Amino acid sequence: MSTEKKKAHPYKFILWVGLGSIIMLFAGLTSAYIVKKGQANWLDFELPVVFWYSTLVILLSSVTMQMALKKFKEREMGQYRGFITLTVILGLVFVVTQMMGFSALEANSIALTGPRSNSAGSFLLVIAGLHILHVLGGVIALAIIFLRAYSVKTKFYNALPVELASIYWHFVDILWIYLFVFLQFVG
Amino acid sequence: MSNEAAIIEDVHVKSATIHDAHGHQDHGHHEHHETFLSKYVFSMDHKMIAKQFLITGMVWAVLGGLMSVLFRLQLGYPDASFPWLESLLGKWAKGGQITPEAYYALVTTHGTVLVFFVLTAGLSGTFANFLIPLQIGARDMASPFLNMLSYWFFFIASIVMLSSMFVETGPFSGGWTAYPPLSALGDASPGSKTGMDLWIIAMSLFIVSSLLGGLNYIATILNMRTKGMSMTRLPLTIWALFFTAVLGVLSFPVLLSGMILLIFDRNFGTSFYLSDIFVNGVGALPNEGGSAILYQHLFWFLGHPEVYIILLPAMGMVSEIMSVSSRKPIFGYMAMLGSLFAIAALAFLVWAHHMFVTGLNPFLGSVFVLLTLLIAVPSAIKVFNWLTTLWRGNIRFTPGMLFAIGFVSLFISGGLTGIWLGNAALDIHLHDTYFVIAHFHIVMGVASMFGMFAGVYHWFPKMYGRFMNNTLGYIHFWVTMAGAYLIFWPMHYEGLAGMPRRYFDFSIWESFKQFGELNKFITIVSMIVFAAQILFLINFFYSIFKGRKVTTQNPWEANTLEWTTPIRPGHGNWPGEIPEVHRWAYDYGKDGKDFIQQTTPVGADESTH
Repeated sequence: MSTEKKKAHPYKFILWVGLGSIIMLFAGLTSAYIVKKGQANWLDFELPVVFWYSTLVILLSSVTMQMALKKFKEREMGQYRGFITLTVILGLVFVVTQMMGFSALEANSIALTGPRSNSAGSFLLVIAGLHILHVLGGVIALAIIFLRAYSVKTKFYNALPVELASIYWHFVDILWIYLFVFLQFVG
Repeated sequence: MSNEAAIIEDVHVKSATIHDAHGHQDHGHHEHHETFLSKYVFSMDHKMIAKQFLITGMVWAVLGGLMSVLFRLQLGYPDASFPWLESLLGKWAKGGQITPEAYYALVTTHGTVLVFFVLTAGLSGTFANFLIPLQIGARDMASPFLNMLSYWFFFIASIVMLSSMFVETGPFSGGWTAYPPLSALGDASPGSKTGMDLWIIAMSLFIVSSLLGGLNYIATILNMRTKGMSMTRLPLTIWALFFTAVLGVLSFPVLLSGMILLIFDRNFGTSFYLSDIFVNGVGALPNEGGSAILYQHLFWFLGHPEVYIILLPAMGMVSEIMSVSSRKPIFGYMAMLGSLFAIAALAFLVWAHHMFVTGLNPFLGSVFVLLTLLIAVPSAIKVFNWLTTLWRGNIRFTPGMLFAIGFVSLFISGGLTGIWLGNAALDIHLHDTYFVIAHFHIVMGVASMFGMFAGVYHWFPKMYGRFMNNTLGYIHFWVTMAGAYLIFWPMHYEGLAGMPRRYFDFSIWESFKQFGELNKFITIVSMIVFAAQILFLINFFYSIFKGRKVTTQNPWEANTLEWTTPIRPGHGNWPGEIPEVHRWAYDYGKDGKDFIQQTTPVGADESTH
C-alpha cells in the first residue's frame, strides 16, 4: 500500500505523456517559424496590445483553477462550483481577446490568410489558433466535471478528474506563456 | 480519514476497478451481459482490439499489395493491354492499360497504406495491444477506453482513405510523402483535388489514433507491471514496443503540425510552402515567400522515426521468438536494450539524409551523414546478438522462427545498402532511383512484414487457441523469402544505372529500356509472391475456425507471462491473481533445465540473472 501511494495514477501518467506530445506539436510549429523567419520575405509586426490582456486573463484563470481544486479537496462544493465557473468564463474571455487580437491585425491590414497574407501573420494565426483549440478542450473538460458536481451519483468525492483538469489547465496556461514570449521576442 | 487519505483511497478504488474488473475468482467472468457489440465491435478488451487492428491491417495489406501488382503490371508490360483491367478500374484503365494518373495514384496509395495503415497500425497496433498487458502481467491497458478510441480513429481513417479511391478525380497521386506544391494546389493534378483533401483528413485521424495508442502503451508499460516485473525483466518485445510508442508520441505531432500548415495553404490562401508558382491554365499564383523545403523538414522529422516505428516492433518480436525457438537465452540482453535505445535516440537526428539533394548546406549534410552512419553501430550489435543467439542453439524451425531468421537476413541485406545511401556524395547519384526503392523495401518493408508474420505465427495459438497449418506456413515462408530477394535484388542494378523511381514507362528511354526483360521478371515474381500471401490469408482464417486445437497452456515452452494464462483467456487475462514474477524472461537451458518460466521462484542455490 505504501508503494502504491507514490505511484502516479495511470490516467495522470497518460495525461503527462499526452502533454509531451502537445509540446512536440508546438515545438514543430515554432521551429518551423524560426526557419521561415530566417528566409526572405518575412513581415515584422508588433503584436496588438490585447494579447497582453489575454495573457493576464489566462494567468488569472490558473489561480481560479487552483482554488477550485483546493475547495474540492476541502469539500466546499459551493465555492468549488463558483471557482470552476469563474475559470470557464476566464477561459472563454481568453479566447475572445485572442480573436480581438486577430481582428486588430486584420484592421491594420496585416492579412493572416488569403493571397495578400505573409507567413508571419499566418503563423501567428495557426499557432495561437491551435492553442485556442487546446484551451477550448480544457473548457469542455471543465464543463463536464462541473456538471458532474451536480450529479447525485458523485457521492465519494473522487478528486482525480478535477486534478487531471487542473494539470491540463495549468499546462495550456504555461504553453501560452511560452508562445507569447516566443511570438513577442523571437517573432 | 483525512482528505488526502480519502483521495488516495479513492484513486486506489478506481484503479482497482480497472485492474480487477473481471479478475475475481468466478470463472464465468467474461460471460456477464456481453453482447455481440460489446464483445466484438466496441470492445475494450486489449486482445480483441489487437485482433481488430490485425484484421483491418490485413485488409489494407491485401489492397496495398494488389495495387503494387497492378502498377508492376504497367512496368513489366508497358505495351500490353489487359481488358480485365478496364473492367476492374474503369476509366482509370481505358483500353486495358493503366493511365498515368492511375499509375501515380496507385503508387501513392500503396506507399501511404503500407507504411501507415499496415506496418504502423497493423503491426504495432496489433502486437502492442496484444502483448503489452499479457507480457507485463496486467489485466488490460491503462485506459481501455482510449484504447478502443484508438482503434476507431484508425477505422474511420481507413474509411476516409478508402473513400478517396472512389471520388471522380481519383485519390491523391503526388507520392506518399505529399510534398507541396503538388499536395498544396488543387490545380496541380487531378489527384490533388478532393483526393488530397480526403488524404489529409485520413492521415490526421490516423495520427490521432496512433497518439492515443502510444500514450496508452507507455503508461501501461511504466505503471501497470505485475509484482516483481522490473524493467530489466521485461521481454525485449515490450522494450521494443515501448521505444516504438515513444517515437510515435514525439514525432507524429510534428507531422500533424506540418499537415496543418498544408491545410492552410490548400484552403486559406496562405504561403507557408508556396512561392513563385505558375500553373498551366491558371497562371501565376499570388503566393510569395513560402518554402517547400520547410514541409520536407517537418515531414521527415516524423518520416525518419517512422521507419523505426515500423522496424522496432519487428526487432522485438524477432528477439523473443528467436530465443524461444533456439532454446537459448537471448545473447546480450542489455546490449539489445541499449541498442534499441540508441536507435530510438538517433532516429530523431538523421531526418535530413532524405534531403541531401534539396540544396542542403553541404556542411550540415556531412553532420547528417555522420549521424546516419552511426546507426550502423546499434544495428550491427543487434545482428550479431541474433546470430549468437542462434549459434549452437537447439533450433526449432517453426514457421514463426523461419520468418524471424528471414527478418535477420533481410535486415542485413537492406542495412548494408543503407550505408551507401547514407553518404551524401553517393546519394547525388542514387537519390530517387530504384536503388532507394530496393533498399527501403528490403530493410523496412519486407523485413518488418517478416517480423509481423513471425509474430502472427508465433502468437496465433494465444490469440485464437488454435495453431496455424505448418505446411502452408513453410510454403508461405519459402515463396516469400525467395520472392523478396528476386523482386528487390535486381532493382539495385537498375538503380545503379540511374533508373528513376515513380516513372510510368521506361520503354521509350534509350538508357533504361535494356531493363525491359528484367522488369517483366520482377512483375511475374511479384504476382507469385502476392499469391503466396493469399495462401497465408486462407491459412489464417481457416485456422481461426478449424485449426489444430491448442491443448497445453504453453505450446512453445516459453518463459513469458502470456503462456501462464488460460488457453483462451477472458477479459482480465488471469482468472485468479495476476502471477508474480521472479526472474527475467530468458532462462532457457539454465542448470540443465530446458526452460524456467518467469513465475518460477528462484531456487536457493540458483544464481539470479
